[in-house]
Amino acid sequence: MPGNTHPYEPVFLYSQYILDIDQECYHYVYLDLPRTLIDMVSRTHVSYEVKDDVAVVRMNDPNSKVNTISIQMQNEMTEVMNELWANDAVKSAVLISSKPGCFIAGADINMIQACSSAEEVTKLSQEGQKMFELVEKSPKPIVAAINGSCLGGGLEFAIACQYRIATKSKKTVLGTPEVMLGLLPGAGGTQRLPKMVGLPNAFDMMLTGRNIRADKAKKMGLVHHLVDPLGPGLKSPEQRTMDYLEEVAIQFAKGIVDKKIPLQKDKGMMQKIQDYVMSFEFVRNQIYKTVHGKVMKQSKGLYPAPLKIIECVKTGVEQGPTAGYLAESQNFGQLAMTAESSALIGLYHGQVACKKNRFGSPAKEVKTLAILGAGLMGAGIAQVTVDKGVRTILKDTTVQGLARGEEQVYKGLNDKTKKKSITSFERDSILSNLCGQLDYKGFEKVDMVIEAVFEDIKIKHAVLKEVEAVVSPHCIFASNTSALPIKDIAAASKRPDKVIGMHYFSPVDKMQLLEIITTDQTSKDTTASAVAVGLKQGKVIIVVGDGPGFYTTRCLAPVLVEAVRVLQEGADPKKLDSLTTSFGFPVGAATLVDEVGIDVAVHVAEDLGKAFGSRFGGGNVDVLKTMVELGFKGRKSGKGWYVYEPGRKIKEVNPEIGEILENYRMKANPAVSSDSDVQYRLISRFVNEAVLCLQEGILNGPLEGDIGAVFGLGFPPCLGGPFRFLDSFGADKLVAKMQQFEAVYGNQFSPCQLLLDHAKDSSKKFHK
Amino acid sequence: MLFGGGLVVKVSGLTLARPGVKNIVLVEGVRTPFLLSGTTYANLMPHDLARAALQGLLNKTSLPKDAVDYIIYGIVIQEVKTSNVAREAALGAGFSDKIPAHTVTMACISSNQAMTSAVGLIAAGQCDAVVAGGAEFMSDVPIRHSRKMRKTMLALNRAKTLGQKLSLIGSIRMSHLSPELPAVAEFSTAETMGHSADRLAAAFGVSRLEQDEFALRSHTLAKKAQDDGLLEDVITFKVPGRDIVSKDNGIRPSSMEQMAKLKPAFVKPHGTVTAANSSFLTDGASAVLIMSEEKALAMGYKPKAYLRDFVYVSQDPKDQLLLGPTYSTPKVLERAGLSMSDIDVFEFHEAFAGQIMANLKAMDSDWFGQTYMGRKAKVGTPPMDKFNLWGGSLSLGHPFGATGCRLVTTVAHRLKKEGGQYGLVAACAAGGQGHAMVIEAYPQ
Repeated sequence: MPGNTHPYEPVFLYSQYILDIDQECYHYVYLDLPRTLIDMVSRTHVSYEVKDDVAVVRMNDPNSKVNTISIQMQNEMTEVMNELWANDAVKSAVLISSKPGCFIAGADINMIQACSSAEEVTKLSQEGQKMFELVEKSPKPIVAAINGSCLGGGLEFAIACQYRIATKSKKTVLGTPEVMLGLLPGAGGTQRLPKMVGLPNAFDMMLTGRNIRADKAKKMGLVHHLVDPLGPGLKSPEQRTMDYLEEVAIQFAKGIVDKKIPLQKDKGMMQKIQDYVMSFEFVRNQIYKTVHGKVMKQSKGLYPAPLKIIECVKTGVEQGPTAGYLAESQNFGQLAMTAESSALIGLYHGQVACKKNRFGSPAKEVKTLAILGAGLMGAGIAQVTVDKGVRTILKDTTVQGLARGEEQVYKGLNDKTKKKSITSFERDSILSNLCGQLDYKGFEKVDMVIEAVFEDIKIKHAVLKEVEAVVSPHCIFASNTSALPIKDIAAASKRPDKVIGMHYFSPVDKMQLLEIITTDQTSKDTTASAVAVGLKQGKVIIVVGDGPGFYTTRCLAPVLVEAVRVLQEGADPKKLDSLTTSFGFPVGAATLVDEVGIDVAVHVAEDLGKAFGSRFGGGNVDVLKTMVELGFKGRKSGKGWYVYEPGRKIKEVNPEIGEILENYRMKANPAVSSDSDVQYRLISRFVNEAVLCLQEGILNGPLEGDIGAVFGLGFPPCLGGPFRFLDSFGADKLVAKMQQFEAVYGNQFSPCQLLLDHAKDSSKKFHK
Repeated sequence: MLFGGGLVVKVSGLTLARPGVKNIVLVEGVRTPFLLSGTTYANLMPHDLARAALQGLLNKTSLPKDAVDYIIYGIVIQEVKTSNVAREAALGAGFSDKIPAHTVTMACISSNQAMTSAVGLIAAGQCDAVVAGGAEFMSDVPIRHSRKMRKTMLALNRAKTLGQKLSLIGSIRMSHLSPELPAVAEFSTAETMGHSADRLAAAFGVSRLEQDEFALRSHTLAKKAQDDGLLEDVITFKVPGRDIVSKDNGIRPSSMEQMAKLKPAFVKPHGTVTAANSSFLTDGASAVLIMSEEKALAMGYKPKAYLRDFVYVSQDPKDQLLLGPTYSTPKVLERAGLSMSDIDVFEFHEAFAGQIMANLKAMDSDWFGQTYMGRKAKVGTPPMDKFNLWGGSLSLGHPFGATGCRLVTTVAHRLKKEGGQYGLVAACAAGGQGHAMVIEAYPQ
């Protein structure tokens, strides 16, 4: 059996932050006006040499791992471009980066954040638009040679060039992730992309912000030609691949000048048909309508950026480029000033921070990891470990359990094969890192054990003792528990300094958060090692102090009991879900409980209820207990608040729930039961508990609190997390609401001291 | 070592004979003419070619039909009806049906594997005389039904009622009918070999010009060897239903201008590997007679050469697919205690001109030797005046399973003709594998 979890699919696009944060690669580009009269200083970011009659323009930010278009970079670029246009010996140009992993990742987001008005940001956008217009109209063809990330403004630069060649490297990704920061592609992206890849693809790119691999980009028409990455030769593969890309790009640049290589490809039949269909206004209108509808359905209208993107595209297509570019720059300026954008940008910064190990490098790298329990969690942890090349033992107590777990790992990897992100050979080779077993054979070589067995302190103690009897002294014992205090688990250990909590979220391969829990006794090296493993697994990590429910489960529990009360007061599960999703949660509260498991919810509510007393009261836990008795354990049992049948997409409310709720019916107090009241009852208990965690020192800081809430529990990303929400909504306003609820329900709604402090002094902010 | 020690005649004061190690000799080597696939052999089957080579060997050596202990054949693309092609060929070639035979496969070094397996059997004292060979028939390859269709057809076999049968037949869709074509591609990476060769050439900065020049050299040398009658391993073969063939038909010395006109075959449009600088799809078979020295002498044969040390190597099948010779050459030389300058005759398998040039550049690079081979310095390159002087796979053709025996026989013949003592065979193979063998001239 797996440990209890909060399993739900991140269904909403904003909860999927797929940025490659390791490279800190997303920065928005803005380009300043081409200034011809710049003091001649030696160039440090852009250089060029002329090979035959092709100018090879190389970008290399000497101060960073990635190329970002700083003021320095753009000034130098402008200068170089002007020189090339004036130089008769140059007939064409190749634009390439000197950094193998990055073409242009963009410019620093801070540049936009430094602006204080929409007009200022609009001006930035217009300057970028003008620069790229000059590039687009360049009399000498410019070939963008792309290896590594080409994102945001980097992509906008590339698509302004006459030709694009990209390497097939896995590191080569193209995309417009602005939407994930609550912005839009503001340097011509909304105008050029639809023309280049068609309306549907352009909307898909800009509204999801997803990364597009080179082969897909070629199919879409985003790049013209692909180059294979090379293996070892007379130089390192990375360097030789860059040289080769440059050689090929030079050939193409010459070919374009000689008219041997056409800039426009002959359109295929499908493309011609699509173009023809798109020539009808009513077809286009239908597309706008459909896309708009989809965005509204998914975003509940809580995110302005996607709607603005649609507007910009529509304006450009229907009213022409002048109106289109104007709409783009103005909307860009407005978006930059929205609370949603600051919330999302805050999350981005938080994510970057939570992808670093603030505890330093562990003394010993974990090369062999053992996982106890091959349930949903155990197997999920195994899946994200084996593909990083770590030898992984997956141990269960039964053959059936083990077989199910191993199949889950296989299926997870095989799905990647089907999506062509890995080959079947890579899948097999990854799976060779996995060793399924029923005994403790080979545990003497294990560097870390993560237990994901049933949430029962006795079982946890039993496995801890079994493990300590067989492992070597350096081995770390991590518990994937979601509520049991780690110090209680460590009480049975001979070496509590090696015991730590690693709380994963289900499904492990999709949920980015890992909550690491340290006790007073946990050594710094143990923490460093756990964080290192989590980072290797690709997780965003918060490290929190020990206590019942730690941080995430502790915030979730009051919301669960409040949700039960709302149901007892007469709301039906669908109504409850719609109230929560319309507030910005990706999954409704009733659905969430079904996904978590009703039985698990009972555990959490009771355990934490005991620990925290009446403050964790609200709905009657007996409602949930009765459901468990009747076998309604949520999705996994086929019935919970809803009925789950394979193949059925629309969920129906479990008809037998009505009677149970009737038996536990509570009378709603009309003073605190409007839709908005219900929403704030749920959110305020969440937020208050989060602030209390900060007050008590469970949380290291508000940033980790926001990241944990959004990435682990689906706290509305547009609000940026509980702390950022308080900053923007106003602690005083929330406290006022809580006091109104407190009058009816008592101490469950008593604001904690830290929250009161912020309410009293509006200059106090959690985030600077 | 009853006879061994006394039989070693020192040619230049040096020999690789070692006390306690049996001397194993190449008695004879033959091959059918190597023909472009789809030409005169088009209507045969793989075992027909192998049969022809075996018969040729019997004729040339006048070997009694029951005088060998074992027959081993190498092949790559297997005809499913004759999966043990060694046995099918031997039965039809006039060998005694009491001689066991098995088939080995190791991509382009399959017949090398057949020969070294024979050496192993003899060295271990299990056999005294073994025939090894290889065959490849690219004029016909197994093209299969799709997996879906195969599944349906197998289910149809088991279906009992008419209703079951009809419902299975009814389930067949257009997609079931698309066939599965074999490709010369790596299973692990799904990359075709030509594509990998192009990337390899690019990685080592091998230009199109260098490749075309090397290919032209191969064809020119092959033509000269053919005209001078040096390719004495080629037997005459009366093809059933067709003419007698006695010459390889892929040797086409062209001109640099002609070759420059070809478009890249794999990486388009900027690649460098073309049809003219790659080995072509070939039909052909080869066979060699390998014996312990005492057995050969006892039977009255005059051996052609000693088969000495050999190695197999393997490396990354994606980026170093065709670098086998670079890795195997220093390894086998070290094993034999020889240096590059001791070798008088080099025969490297020419899969692609770009592959040969890439290997030569890798062997000439200190950086590559240090970074990827754990050496102190570069391997060093074979001098071109000793290298593939009678043409190679690019010009003579490359029936995958048969090339190894051609290389070894050619070394023996060249040692005799050119008067050297040591020869070296090296080859690359799919799967990122490679092989090398040292051959010592038999004293005249």
